[in-house]
Amino acid sequence: MAHAPLSAADRKLLETTPPEALFAALKRVLFAKGLVAPEEIPAQIAQTERASPLIGAQIVARAWTDPAYRALLLAEPARAVEAFGVSLTGAPPLGVLENRPGQHHLIVCTLCSCYPRAVLGYPPFWYKSAAYRARAVRDPRGLLAEWGTVLPAGTEITVVDSTADYRWMVLPMRPSGTEGWDEARLSALVRVSDLIGMTVPEAPA
Amino acid sequence: MAVAAEPGDTPFRAHHDLGGVRRFLCTPVEREEHTLSPFDREVDALRQVLAHHGLLRVDELRRGIESIPEERYFALSYYQRWAVALAFVLLSRGVISGDELRAALAAPA
Amino acid sequence: MSRFRVGDKVRVREDWPEQRGPVHIRTPHYLRGRAGEIAALLGVFPNPEDLAFDRPAPRLPLYHVRFRPEALWPEPVSGETLLVEIFEPWLTPL
Repeated sequence: MAHAPLSAADRKLLETTPPEALFAALKRVLFAKGLVAPEEIPAQIAQTERASPLIGAQIVARAWTDPAYRALLLAEPARAVEAFGVSLTGAPPLGVLENRPGQHHLIVCTLCSCYPRAVLGYPPFWYKSAAYRARAVRDPRGLLAEWGTVLPAGTEITVVDSTADYRWMVLPMRPSGTEGWDEARLSALVRVSDLIGMTVPEAPA
Repeated sequence: MAVAAEPGDTPFRAHHDLGGVRRFLCTPVEREEHTLSPFDREVDALRQVLAHHGLLRVDELRRGIESIPEERYFALSYYQRWAVALAFVLLSRGVISGDELRAALAAPA
Repeated sequence: MSRFRVGDKVRVREDWPEQRGPVHIRTPHYLRGRAGEIAALLGVFPNPEDLAFDRPAPRLPLYHVRFRPEALWPEPVSGETLLVEIFEPWLTPL
């Protein structure tokens, strides 16, 4: 059934109650009505925290070392991430954007905070900030420079504004100087900001 | 829910619709990561539990967030907005009533 | 059935439903009225403008649309492009 407009009293309740108190009251009502069981909340937290940027880093390291896996990751991301225990059943579809020589990707959600949570977990604080949401689409080069990210001259930046049903992740380029490294060593180089495109992985000098 | 445009911007936009907005173009993007509080984690989890029970869709949560008046939207933390939006959706759907919420707020903890 | 093909030139409708009452819109303000090009058909998804109100939601084609920044911002930019997911009813042929 479609949403009914809220009464003036209910709007006022939402606009004037401290959110922490409102949330505590909301939980009590939901528990009392049997709509949610208290133990579901810690169980869900545990489930959510299984996803993390470490999984994204492992996916990237596998793609860097296994050409068949890389092809699968780009063509069928949902199948590819299953190799790391991530199920996207019921989650939004995942798209993987491949950085190449001359082509860099940067992901933002200007309307809210859409993020591939099923793989990477909670979005970083900066990704949700008003400054990031405002600037990424308008001044991506200035933003990257501010974080010390240097792209080779002539690199085009594609900014992806994640507005709808897909969730996007960047497949960064493997840094030079990592020839012969195994997956574990490579995955330790990959940070969450590399998977969004604000930074690029670098081998230690 | 909407604000007038700033010079050089589009004629009109809603306050959550932040792409390219001049107000923030000179604000640095803070690199430091913040740890989620127990409140943040619980709000995040309840959103998912409600979705699993068919009581809320992510689109409804977003509408709830967008319905927070502009000044408060920017004053609240990310998960504070979510907490308000969860209550907004459940009230809008009639899953809970304002009277039930008021009674729970008034009851001793 | 989808109306557009990859490479088609399109314009985003210059419409501001926010001025007419409570809505939930996934087409960013900075693209309204702007011209772009279809980069991909991403699939068919229920209309979020209805889902947000718990109304029955028709399934709509969703495209990845590419925009040049000079079509969007007054300041000079170079070597950038923008890819945004936009539902079909927001697009008109150019």
